[in-house]
Amino acid sequence: MAEGILIKQLVNDLKLNVLSGSEFLSKKKVTTSDLSRPDFEMTGYFSYYPQKRLQLFGLTETAFAKGMTSQERSIVIRRMCQEDTPAFVISTGLIPPVELITEASRAGIPVLGSDLLTTRLTSVLTDYLHSQLAERRSMHGVLVDVYGLGVLITGDSGVGKSETALELIKRGHRLIADDRVDVYQRDESTIVGQAPKILKHLMEIRGIGIIDVMNLFGAGAVREHTTISLIVNLENWRADQNYDRLGSEEDTQQIFDVPVPKVTIPVKVGRNLAIIIEVAAMNFRAKSMGYDATKVFEQNLSSLIKENSDEDENK
Amino acid sequence: MEKRDFHIVAETGIHARPATLLVQSASKFNSDINLEYKGKSVNLKSIMGVMSLGVGQGADVTISAEGTDEADAINAIVDTMKKEGLTE
Repeated sequence: MAEGILIKQLVNDLKLNVLSGSEFLSKKKVTTSDLSRPDFEMTGYFSYYPQKRLQLFGLTETAFAKGMTSQERSIVIRRMCQEDTPAFVISTGLIPPVELITEASRAGIPVLGSDLLTTRLTSVLTDYLHSQLAERRSMHGVLVDVYGLGVLITGDSGVGKSETALELIKRGHRLIADDRVDVYQRDESTIVGQAPKILKHLMEIRGIGIIDVMNLFGAGAVREHTTISLIVNLENWRADQNYDRLGSEEDTQQIFDVPVPKVTIPVKVGRNLAIIIEVAAMNFRAKSMGYDATKVFEQNLSSLIKENSDEDENK
Repeated sequence: MEKRDFHIVAETGIHARPATLLVQSASKFNSDINLEYKGKSVNLKSIMGVMSLGVGQGADVTISAEGTDEADAINAIVDTMKKEGLTE
């Protein structure tokens, strides 16, 4: 689990307004992706107050506050301002009660605002916090978007991953990350990969050095992050190895809790890997759309065999 | 040239899986190896070729090998055929 995200980063990334406490933005951190709507707490019920969460004020909380006296508001809001409370967020462009600003400022907690409606803001915050707080792992490989499909090219050093990716980019596909890909699990079935900030848009090509793909090929040649749908493992051709000839083997590689489909492509001089990867991606897409050429062929083969054996029997 | 006739007994005939194994077995040798069925001959190292014949149960096929390791090749293929229950 990551250590937490500074409120400053949250404000910048989600373009939130700072209503008060801008001096606390670099001091406060969010450590959980759960949110709290402190509506029960507004009534004075604090038994289960999740003080470590972002406290989200929507229409309910602000409207309820209007019916309270100023003193009542001060009392409940003071109780909400705990040391590990990261920030208050007001949705729908609402004006927070003045006591919130006063008490939060006294406790060193920033008050943020957003024009988004509460439901929308909730999902934006949850998605953002979830992805930022998710455990990250670095993988060796190149992540390329091929026909909208995130393909992670893996393989030993020097097998030609970057060169293959370069040709894919030249053919109109997009680079996400070269050499080191940071991955995290977004939900039960999704792995997302991105480049570490310092390596963004960069590639290292032996004999040339570091190139900036965005600079050389344009903004259409790069992407910030993508779901990893397919792993293509490049491997030096071994005569003793039996490679999948029919496409009926279904191999996967586990990344966190998700088994990601994987194909192993043998590398040999004269094989155009970029085209093979393009085809692997297209074939994978066709399969996910319900057309599996291997299965169709096997069915046709079964009918042919049956026809032939009936003939052989009647000889 | 080595030549051998086989009577296929497997219920599924030479379907995708056994075809793959036969091709793998044949590909280990340098000899030219062919599979003949109903007057059509295909390269036993080509998986699509082998499957295109649609060899079923009860079929009679001939496998021939020509080259320096032809005898070993035929023996290896006989082994694979028996192991996979294609022939008796």
